[in-house]
Amino acid sequence: MTTEPVLAAVDDDAAPLTHHQLRELYTLMAAVRHLDSSAVAWQRQGIIPGYAPELGQEAAQVGSGYAVDRTRDFVFPTYREMGVARAMGLDMVGYMSTHKATWHGGMYNPLESRFAPIQAVVAGSVLHAVGWAHGQTLSGAPEMGVAMTYFGDGASSQGDVHEAMNFAAVMKAPVVFFIQNNGWAISVPTERQVAGGSVAARAAGYGIPSLQIDGNDVVAVFEATRSAFAHCRAGNGPVVIEAMTYRRGPHSTADDPGRYRTLEEERLDGGEDPLERFKQRLLAEGVADAAFFAEAQRAAEDEEEAIRAGIADLGPRPGAEMFSLVFQEPTPALQSQATSWREESEHA
Amino acid sequence: MPETITTDRSSGNSTDTGAANVQHMSMQQALNRALDEVLAENPKTVIFGEDCGRLGGVFRITDGLQAKHGEERVFDTPLAESGILGMSVGLAMAGFHPIPEVQFDGFAYPAINQIVCQIARMNYRSRGTLPMPITLRVPSFGGIRAPEHHGESLEALFAHVPGLKVVSPSNPHDAYHLLKYAATRPDPVIFMEPKSRYWQKGPVDVASAAQRPTHDAGVDDGGSLTGARVVREGRHLTLVAWGAMVSRCLQVAELAAEDGIDVEVLDLRWLKPIDADALARSVGKTRRAVVVHEAPLTSGLGAEVAQLITQSCFATLKAPVERVTGFDVPYPSGDLEDEYIPNIDRILFGIQRVLEYRRG
Repeated sequence: MTTEPVLAAVDDDAAPLTHHQLRELYTLMAAVRHLDSSAVAWQRQGIIPGYAPELGQEAAQVGSGYAVDRTRDFVFPTYREMGVARAMGLDMVGYMSTHKATWHGGMYNPLESRFAPIQAVVAGSVLHAVGWAHGQTLSGAPEMGVAMTYFGDGASSQGDVHEAMNFAAVMKAPVVFFIQNNGWAISVPTERQVAGGSVAARAAGYGIPSLQIDGNDVVAVFEATRSAFAHCRAGNGPVVIEAMTYRRGPHSTADDPGRYRTLEEERLDGGEDPLERFKQRLLAEGVADAAFFAEAQRAAEDEEEAIRAGIADLGPRPGAEMFSLVFQEPTPALQSQATSWREESEHA
Repeated sequence: MPETITTDRSSGNSTDTGAANVQHMSMQQALNRALDEVLAENPKTVIFGEDCGRLGGVFRITDGLQAKHGEERVFDTPLAESGILGMSVGLAMAGFHPIPEVQFDGFAYPAINQIVCQIARMNYRSRGTLPMPITLRVPSFGGIRAPEHHGESLEALFAHVPGLKVVSPSNPHDAYHLLKYAATRPDPVIFMEPKSRYWQKGPVDVASAAQRPTHDAGVDDGGSLTGARVVREGRHLTLVAWGAMVSRCLQVAELAAEDGIDVEVLDLRWLKPIDADALARSVGKTRRAVVVHEAPLTSGLGAEVAQLITQSCFATLKAPVERVTGFDVPYPSGDLEDEYIPNIDRILFGIQRVLEYRRG
């Protein structure tokens, strides 16, 4: 699989990644791999009620998230973008609180993090990205922000994806549609999900340039995303990136992949582990040594412990928030319900 | 008996108002003027939807706004309601105040995920950091002999959704002020425009939201834009209505007066939040109530209104609250519309049931 460079603009700063950046990418991937597998363990231990693992998608998520400029861009995720959140430097306790069911949209501030709340109605937020991006056009800022919206091969079946691509193309909105094609929409494989050969192929129908890339190669993902951002910033409208990857684990901690695929199929279809593959490359190129990898692993473990402690410390939210955060200007009926709730729950 | 909705007889006219700021205009003109002023006052306001740019909207509510304010402020979108409403979410996140339009009420259904799961929840989901100051204009209700999907009464559906507010004006004056008010709020408001009233004229006092006294009632609410309004005072019973049904209830009140029945008419205006205090005040005085709406009976807002009245007035009510509504059928096409929408006779029967009620 190769990247097909069909973009109208290239990034003037598109220098090759430095050794420092390559090592940073690996450190991020290692942190994401460890946190992700730990989160599955947390669920088994009863620390969190559920989680959507991303084992095997670390390169797609870290490589793309690393290209985001948090001073001007905005990311619109689904519920499986923990690696993007981590690569963007989010408060991970705030992020993981959604999976702890502390609050639907997490305890982080989307305006500060530039990362919209987690979205379970897949494709719903793809349109939000187009609206936000069109807002950049309307604002006429010299340093145009770019919206990047994540969705999967399954979400690409939703009508909102069509409407979003059509709107974005008509309005030349600066949006990167980043598809992580991980082969499965819960139990349904891509060939039973996506007509027309690929999601990227659909972009041609909207006149949007598209890149189908190796989503397991973190450098390829980063470079494609960086080019797409440059294309958008130069006022050329949207880009579609389809990163071909593989969901090595279950859809969620409630899923049983054994019902729809065998371990042998997983081993063959999953291909090479993106983390191990990148490690071998860094070793071969002399970018990093064994001590570096040991340190990256130790940092990942320390980080996971801190996040786990933070999650454990998260108490239940005050019940009053249920009422006070519905509106900016609460209604009398809602205030009355809050009063009743307080009286009855506190036996006043 | 079928009848067409006629001009308000009790909402005054330009000759008896006198004030320099009062102008006689249609609801279409009042809404257009309100949008024009909102665009001028808030540079973050943007209006968009199908055909609302060059055409000025199929009902001409946005007529001339693109020419005056530019194609970036007032623009046509591709024909896709989910796209229009989903885009509104992103624009709100980017600091804009979107005023999207769905062309007809029935076309809100394709956007229901964006309205219910996204617009209504984003403030909550984001712990108040992503407010959704979106004013969704929806040409609403029946009465214009339109084909299927061009006449619906969605108020109960919208009002039931946590996170949404719902308002419907009944006359040009309220249309002007309520739209200007809605378009400056930080929460999502569904603005239901009674399309059968678009071309009816009435006095609009652009300087004051206080409704000028009607010729026979002396009603003046002091200018509140957040609650219901008594549009005609009476002693014997209260008709509760909103949108196009307010004008019809005023007609009914005139006819009932000929038989010595003194009807109060309460224009609810806000369908969420409902002004429970106004209901309690009015029905507390008249001790009888009939709710009139175009939407189907079952689980309609009439049930909500009846419960609010029961809660505040149970001890003094002289009869159960009656409802005169549409039926539990899909909104019928033009020829059957007059059989479906509450007409004068059905409302009079409702009044009769309440007045003649005897405890068993």
